[in-house]
Amino acid sequence: MSLWKVAWRSIQQRALASTLTAVSMALGVSLVVAVLVIYGVVYQSFHRGSEGYDLIVGAKGSNEQLVLNTVYYLSQPIENIPYSYYEEFTEGRFAPDVEAAIPVCMGHSYQGFRVVGTVPEMFEKLTYLGGRKYQFAEGGNFKSDNAFGAVVGATAAREAGLKVGSTFQAVHGVAEEGGIVHKQTFKVVGVLAPTGTPNDRALFVNMEGFYQIHQGEHARDEASPPSEPAAEQAQGHNAEAADHKAEAAGHNAAAEGHDEHQQITAILVFIAGDEFQRVKRTEVVSKQINEGTVAQAAAPYRVIAELFEGVIGKIEGILLFMAVLIVVVAGMGIMVSIYNSMSERRHEIAIMRALGASRLTVMAIILLESILLSLGGGLLGLLLGHGLVGLLSPIIVEQTGVATGLLQFQTIELILIPGLMVLASAVGYLPALAAYRTDVARSLTAAQ
Amino acid sequence: MLHLKDVKKAFRQPDGAVLPILDIPQFHVAAAERMVLVGRSGCGKTTLLHIIAGISRPDSGRVRVDDWEITLMNEAECDRFRAERIGYVFQTFNLLAGFTALENVLLAMRFTRGRPDKVRARQLLKRVGLQHRVHHRPAMLSVGEQQRVAVARALANKPKLVLADEPTANVDAGHQQQILDLLRETCGEERVALVLVTHTAEVAQQFPRVDHLEQFNRVSASP
Repeated sequence: MSLWKVAWRSIQQRALASTLTAVSMALGVSLVVAVLVIYGVVYQSFHRGSEGYDLIVGAKGSNEQLVLNTVYYLSQPIENIPYSYYEEFTEGRFAPDVEAAIPVCMGHSYQGFRVVGTVPEMFEKLTYLGGRKYQFAEGGNFKSDNAFGAVVGATAAREAGLKVGSTFQAVHGVAEEGGIVHKQTFKVVGVLAPTGTPNDRALFVNMEGFYQIHQGEHARDEASPPSEPAAEQAQGHNAEAADHKAEAAGHNAAAEGHDEHQQITAILVFIAGDEFQRVKRTEVVSKQINEGTVAQAAAPYRVIAELFEGVIGKIEGILLFMAVLIVVVAGMGIMVSIYNSMSERRHEIAIMRALGASRLTVMAIILLESILLSLGGGLLGLLLGHGLVGLLSPIIVEQTGVATGLLQFQTIELILIPGLMVLASAVGYLPALAAYRTDVARSLTAAQ
Repeated sequence: MLHLKDVKKAFRQPDGAVLPILDIPQFHVAAAERMVLVGRSGCGKTTLLHIIAGISRPDSGRVRVDDWEITLMNEAECDRFRAERIGYVFQTFNLLAGFTALENVLLAMRFTRGRPDKVRARQLLKRVGLQHRVHHRPAMLSVGEQQRVAVARALANKPKLVLADEPTANVDAGHQQQILDLLRETCGEERVALVLVTHTAEVAQQFPRVDHLEQFNRVSASP
């Protein structure tokens, strides 16, 4: 008969108290697990969106706002930069260091999802989750010469009820409550497969069509909407004349030639070269851009890391601290439970001592009991925590695009077991000491 | 086999006064001898058994069991020695409530150097007539059965000496003789010395040697 079994028998004998203390430990551990897994999900979700390119170039201002707006489609739309500045990356002074540059224009939405004007190369160049290419669940990429072609992210397509062949009209602005509906109609030519990136929640239209959104309305009414998004202001009335012509030509000519007043919101820049060269060139290009007066460059990974550590990391820290505190309180519960039982168990301990158990042996039995309760509660907590995450999985996928499941373990969970052993030993020490100090003769005599 | 020399023991009372309990110049029990120790309540019988078992330390004097002087051992050595050489039968049985009859016997084997011997534990339970009750917990056994489990437990490690502290005091009259017979027979079969404490004349008269503690304990003898 092992000491483990002796400890287990003791737990069984006080089944109710033991179960309650183990359950309180389980609840604490399940909270720790939930916080860890959800933190991991948020971390992945945050980092997935900015993979594949090295720099985001946008109007001077806040780095964070540039990244939040361009990568996550969050925050208010930012100021624009001239289209001609984009050309610096394709054929101008930055071109030698740049492999590709993808322009993005924002300022419109559809059913709460951002409408992003871009070029077809976006889905050829952009990758996610460590180099995965964007796939189409339905249809395919829009073509340069189809000004009103659109590609829709998986979540946006599902929630807005869009599929290949569907049409939609962009809404002025990006507010949830919506605004003026533009007359220009886009036709969905492709639906992206889910990626777990913010792009799942956006609609991508040909930039040429994006520029023409207002044309029909301006032709009828020269008055501008009260708060035009920056990208639209960028077009300016001078641009409208040119765009009217393009529209008249059946939207086909739009891809060719850009008015010097046209503007874009941001540029996703892919630096050329191997990994080492890219790091160096990113620094150089970034410095040159930031020294200029037109735009600023932000390394998305760095900004996201800072944002994550600065805001979400701290929240996670607080949540984790509270969850660990609950585990510690549960540990104290185990201590109180065992310690309270010591008065009735002194006699049992005295019997074992009379049978030849040493002081250290009875002390070990109490410590093992504490460890069994903590580990049992801890394992139950792991199951509960992962069960909870598994249950919430559909909602997490829906909200973040990151798939979670029962087996979504975080490496840091590995320290839970040794951590619980240490906690159990600490909380078991006091009752174990009481067992160690039991006066055998007195306890045996008192029972007679 | 058991030798006590000049063993003294006193307890300090709550008011600080010292209360002498034992002052025994000599006490001997031969190997495999079965004897009875009688005395009035409170005369120090249980204290003497605790000192022989090494559960309590004498204030002075020497206790030798099976050629080992336990008064010279440290506490851990004494615990191990007790586990291996001394069996103890208590007045109140003192079985562990959470363990079955078999587990109670196996538990006694756990504290020796060897591994618990399930076969011997079962044999002992069979010997005390409880082969059909091995998986019963104490609460499911009659008082007589509980004391029989206690006898089996005391013999679990093939001890040289069994100390029985009023083993029939809490057993109903119908089972008292059964327990006594069992103790005498099993100790005889295993060649184990038995020191049985009682204050019942009917029990004492069944043993060839009956010692009165008051007669060799100077504390009791003094006026």
